[in-house]
Amino acid sequence: MTLFLLRRCATLLGTLLLVSLVVFAVMNVLPGDPALVILGLDATPEAVAALREELGLNDPLILRYLSWIGGAVWGDFGVSFSFDLPVSVLIAERLPITLALAGMATVLTVSVALALGLFAASRHGRPGDWGIMVLSQLGIAIPAFWLGMLLILLVAVQWRLLPPGGFPGWSDPVQAIRALILPTVALALVQSAILTRVVRSSVLEVMRLDFARTARAKGLSRAAIFRRHILPNALVPIITIVGMQVANLVTGTIVIENVFSLPGLGRLVFQAISNRDLYMVQALVLLFAAVVVIANFLVDVAYALIDPRLQERLS
Amino acid sequence: MNMTTSALALCAALALAPAVLAQETVTIGMQQEPTVLDPTVDATASIDGITAHNIYESLTTVSESGEILPALAESWEVSEDGLTYTFNLVEGALFHDGSTFDADDVKFTFDRAMAEDSVNPSKGIFEPIASVETPDAGTVVITLSQPDAFFLFNIAQGDASIVAPETAETNTTNPVGTGPYRFDSWTRGDRLTLVANPEHRDYSDAVIDTVTIRFVADPAAAVAALMAEDIDAFPGMPAPEVLEQFKADPRYDVVVGTTEGEVILALNNSRPPFDDIRVRRAVNHALDREAIIHGAYFGYGEPIGSFFPPHHRSHVDLTDMYPHDPAAARALLEEAGAVGTEVTLRLPHFPYAKRSGEIIQAQLEATGFEVSIENVEWAFWIGEIYSKLNYDMTVIAHTSPNDLGNFARGPEYFYGYDNAEFNALWEAIRTEPDPERLDALLKDGQRFVAEQAVHGFLFQLPKLGVYRTGLSGYWQSSPVLFSPLNELRWES
Repeated sequence: MTLFLLRRCATLLGTLLLVSLVVFAVMNVLPGDPALVILGLDATPEAVAALREELGLNDPLILRYLSWIGGAVWGDFGVSFSFDLPVSVLIAERLPITLALAGMATVLTVSVALALGLFAASRHGRPGDWGIMVLSQLGIAIPAFWLGMLLILLVAVQWRLLPPGGFPGWSDPVQAIRALILPTVALALVQSAILTRVVRSSVLEVMRLDFARTARAKGLSRAAIFRRHILPNALVPIITIVGMQVANLVTGTIVIENVFSLPGLGRLVFQAISNRDLYMVQALVLLFAAVVVIANFLVDVAYALIDPRLQERLS
Repeated sequence: MNMTTSALALCAALALAPAVLAQETVTIGMQQEPTVLDPTVDATASIDGITAHNIYESLTTVSESGEILPALAESWEVSEDGLTYTFNLVEGALFHDGSTFDADDVKFTFDRAMAEDSVNPSKGIFEPIASVETPDAGTVVITLSQPDAFFLFNIAQGDASIVAPETAETNTTNPVGTGPYRFDSWTRGDRLTLVANPEHRDYSDAVIDTVTIRFVADPAAAVAALMAEDIDAFPGMPAPEVLEQFKADPRYDVVVGTTEGEVILALNNSRPPFDDIRVRRAVNHALDREAIIHGAYFGYGEPIGSFFPPHHRSHVDLTDMYPHDPAAARALLEEAGAVGTEVTLRLPHFPYAKRSGEIIQAQLEATGFEVSIENVEWAFWIGEIYSKLNYDMTVIAHTSPNDLGNFARGPEYFYGYDNAEFNALWEAIRTEPDPERLDALLKDGQRFVAEQAVHGFLFQLPKLGVYRTGLSGYWQSSPVLFSPLNELRWES
């Protein structure tokens, strides 16, 4: 297990390093001078030159990359060009909102999917199953941003139940949670529709296997069969999908935060890219990449824990 | 209580949580969020929009009709040769950190903007200044090296905001000025709050205590926030199609004003086919401005025939110089041997550009051009089109006032236009102290640019404002980038 974890950690760090190189290269190849973007159309060439010098844009590329990645190792991600503040401060401001949003969406996704998926499996072939299948198909087809706009129109504008967007800050937790409910629902719907189908088919598949029949033949209760035999075996594909979905939910905040004007990382990355805010974009892309890689890592660990046979194979 | 009941109770509690509503606050929606809060280092228009003449003040200011008024300078005298300006400063003005304002702050501000390593985005407006002197704490004498017809107007702008040496460096995140509002807080990505400054010389109890600016980038979200009464005003509504909805709603007033933004179909005069005046004239004949304004802006926006705002007193209507005439356009193209020329129209992400672009494409294709559209993002636009002139055509609004001089910025400027005759004319305009002669010269300048058909001149960008009924004191139009908040009032 230790060897397995070490190897996975090395892969994780290697991936992040590669991502940092690629994003640095891409941002520098893309046209658009940060100094010009900041100074705008009336800027004189001298002002642009002075700002380029101040931002360190005249240093050789390799030097800029090394000094950035060197700082990043110690948690110093540089100073944002456009906001004139340390990147880490800006990320720390925004992170809680994105985490809360992605976290709430994950909980909602998993709980809805488990409830509906298990229910559908237990009603296999009957109207309940059929209804959930149709609903989940619909859910998969609805884009998150469109659902978001629909929720704003209905729940916020028409019924006035929840705010249509924006974020009042954490000082009033009730208002903060209220602001996050609609975005959470918009974000979670597609994912929970997908997961519902996975849960249902995974459970159905396991129910058909020999050991499930044996357990039934032994006269075990339905609940016991389910808990001891079906669920553990059905969980492997479910966890794979959940792992992928966590990554989707975090990156999905980019769209949803823009629809709901939430000041999280998703909006920050949007602003940073259009401002050519190099250090900011690099740090954010690294962060999003880290979430995806770590989610995969955790899925592997979870496999190993659920199924000892996989542990041997993976190490 | 079972699960369902408690869930319902929770929902109800959340839904009924009290919403604070007080009349001494105003919440204004804005599409673009500033990156920093110092207009003297960054060109982002929303920085001026929020901070200039609210947090900071300049020596002079500008009224909604474009008139130059006193601000930190309560009066001034101009020498007869138009070279020496003597400003008498207001007495007793304080910066928000409690320090006093005096002539040294003005000198510091101007010297800082004029310095070699200055990153002031409008460094050009300080160029005519030869020296800034402070005979006493209440007087500033600015000497110019040549007369400047726009000097008093230029120093009213956010780029010339007066800052104190002690706080200049930290103004980007903690702005300190002398203005009627103090900076209170900024939740980046969401809102910025200003509070009234009781120390200000114009303070009265009627001033709105707290002004919150909410940043809503998405037009649909802006509409929802207004409809849900989360926002009291959205002075720069990016979506003209929603105005009808607000017009029909008694809770809102829809106010359509103008801006300084001339929307042009910019042509790259430095490369074929647009280095040929016949082709450029063909473009101007091919454009149907009314159709563009109707299609792109639901009829809001005034057609322009040259590079000049119709609300300006020196405006001449030149929209008839190249009437919409596809046959004439075709004939000119044939004469130039340019029928079927393939050109690319690169559009930045602004709604006015995208909406106009597709209509323009159709109109140009009807007269013999082959037009392909490329949508580009803003940094690309700045990098490739603006600084490298790597384009055929683009649609852009020029939002600065008094910017006819763009055509005298030489072949490196993205128009790729270079004409010694116009350069001389602009030099005369720029240095003309007499208002009447200036008026005549400005008209000559407009005619010159229109005759040369440097670009396709489309329309003046409207300012589409949605305001809660009962709110007054806002500017309907935007003659400058800033918009004062201290006249805002709620009707009781």
